[in-house]
Amino acid sequence: MKTKQKQSTRSGFGQAMAELGRNKKVVALSADLIDSNKLNAFIDKYPQRFFQAGVAEQNMVSMATGLALEGKIPFACSFGVFVPMRCLDQIRVSVCYNQANVKLVATHCGLATGEDGATHQALEDVAALRSLPGITIIEPCDYNQTIKATKAAAKLKGPVYLRLHRAKFEDLTRKTSSFQIGKAQVLQKGQKITIIGSGPIITEVFKAAKELKFKPEIINCHTIKPLDSETILKSVKKTRKVLVVQDHQVIGGLGSAVTELLSEKYPVKCKIIGMPDQFGESGKPTELWHKYGLDSRNILKEIKSLIK
Amino acid sequence: MKKLTKIKELQLMANTIREDLMIMLTNAGSGHCGGPLGLVDIFTAFYFNILKHDSKKLNWDKRDRLILSPGHVCPVRYAAMARAGYFRKEELLTLRKMGTRLQGHPSRQDLPGIELATASLGQGLGAAVGMALAGKLDRKKHTIYCVTSDGEHDEGSTWEAVNAAAKYKLNNLINIIDRNNIQISGHTQDVWPLKNLKERYEAHNWKVFEINGHDFKQIISMVEKAKKIKQPVCIIAYTIPGKGVSFMEHQFSWHGKTPKAEEAARALTELNKERERIMKRK
Repeated sequence: MKTKQKQSTRSGFGQAMAELGRNKKVVALSADLIDSNKLNAFIDKYPQRFFQAGVAEQNMVSMATGLALEGKIPFACSFGVFVPMRCLDQIRVSVCYNQANVKLVATHCGLATGEDGATHQALEDVAALRSLPGITIIEPCDYNQTIKATKAAAKLKGPVYLRLHRAKFEDLTRKTSSFQIGKAQVLQKGQKITIIGSGPIITEVFKAAKELKFKPEIINCHTIKPLDSETILKSVKKTRKVLVVQDHQVIGGLGSAVTELLSEKYPVKCKIIGMPDQFGESGKPTELWHKYGLDSRNILKEIKSLIK
Repeated sequence: MKKLTKIKELQLMANTIREDLMIMLTNAGSGHCGGPLGLVDIFTAFYFNILKHDSKKLNWDKRDRLILSPGHVCPVRYAAMARAGYFRKEELLTLRKMGTRLQGHPSRQDLPGIELATASLGQGLGAAVGMALAGKLDRKKHTIYCVTSDGEHDEGSTWEAVNAAAKYKLNNLINIIDRNNIQISGHTQDVWPLKNLKERYEAHNWKVFEINGHDFKQIISMVEKAKKIKQPVCIIAYTIPGKGVSFMEHQFSWHGKTPKAEEAARALTELNKERERIMKRK
């Protein structure tokens, strides 16, 4: 069932790590952000398998590479503005070129990071990572899904980036909902338009959808790479209209992945809602989404404009 | 592969590897000469004496790990690996050619036996720290060796790794710095401050030794000594870039270029004369 209580995706990660610790290969690293990364429970249970990396994200990723090449499953955690943004070179050469089994975990992604302001709102992370060969990028939509995504990431051999969030939202999925890396989830079957999103911002999509006289098709595209082209194409062939909603810069995010696919395979009318090539500022997540047009009001407006 | 214990045997092997380097680099037509030639004695000591390894069992769990952080000097590792039986020496001529396993900078995915793909400087030591942490966690006995360059101590990430090794008291990690005093734009002291390397490592709570990187006795005995020390050890190995070829020695202009055919012929003549001198030694 869905939990009524609002929870963050980063808390789902913390919960999953406490459970994953049973696997002795699982180790965790944090660049001085234990609380923020929700690693306390893991550290309480498995202190010997936690490595404090200090405020040194580049070296954390290098250490994680070494641990992975020796058979460990390291989860290297920080804020999205530091991992991947500060250590992209280490991720490219040490992690991806070596195909090291490193899990990169970024909490505090998107405008939803809120009050900390522009410097701490990772809005470019997906764009930075998406072109790296061999990396899997996952942005779960809620607490429940993050638990499953974290466990699935541990099972998958190869580099994974988990894009997580600080703000709390109601669950969109159930504890029993299935989750498979690379398999997009149709949250609502519908018509006229396909709305594709990732992360908790999908809650805004549902708010907008309630105002419509029809049911749009809503896809939770939690795996941004590799993109589930099959599910997306199947839906788009039916609706022939696409709106992508992402708490990320318009440039280079999920919307870019979707439109790269559609422009080759099935060109239709598309619109990407995201941060319009600007830095953010301090404010509450919902206030920021409103100001920059990522909220339900603007989503509704764009749906109406697309289906006109 | 037979372990070489006599200095003369090691010197002859090093001479052979220098010849290999001249031939493969000339054939490749691009690459680096200074660094690889300067590291020949250290790599010969490692592959033919120091390392616990088996060229036929690449994933042997108990093998020592050797990380080469400045990936651009990889030809010396390729030549040492070929001579140590990892692959046929004829393959050395494929260096940098289309389809080769001997990529311009080393690729773990292409060539088994390469522990870590490296190239972008300042990443090897951090990965070595990670490997050492894993070794500690599993109570393994092997040693993690990392060869770093002096130039890559310009990178802040190298110093992040230096700190990390000290924090975790990694006595299974030995960093050998190739102190050849050159980098691509010139002499290290002219490019970027690199003074007091020893003191800087000591300030980070490492044990530091200094050796002549061309003296097999010093290389081997210092590594033996380092293995018994209960903290991370840095061995600053003073080397001569281009060692063994007179017109390349100490010349930073030879950092990133390869010889023309006539230059290679001169180099091989010199190396051949050196071989004769070694043979005459007791």
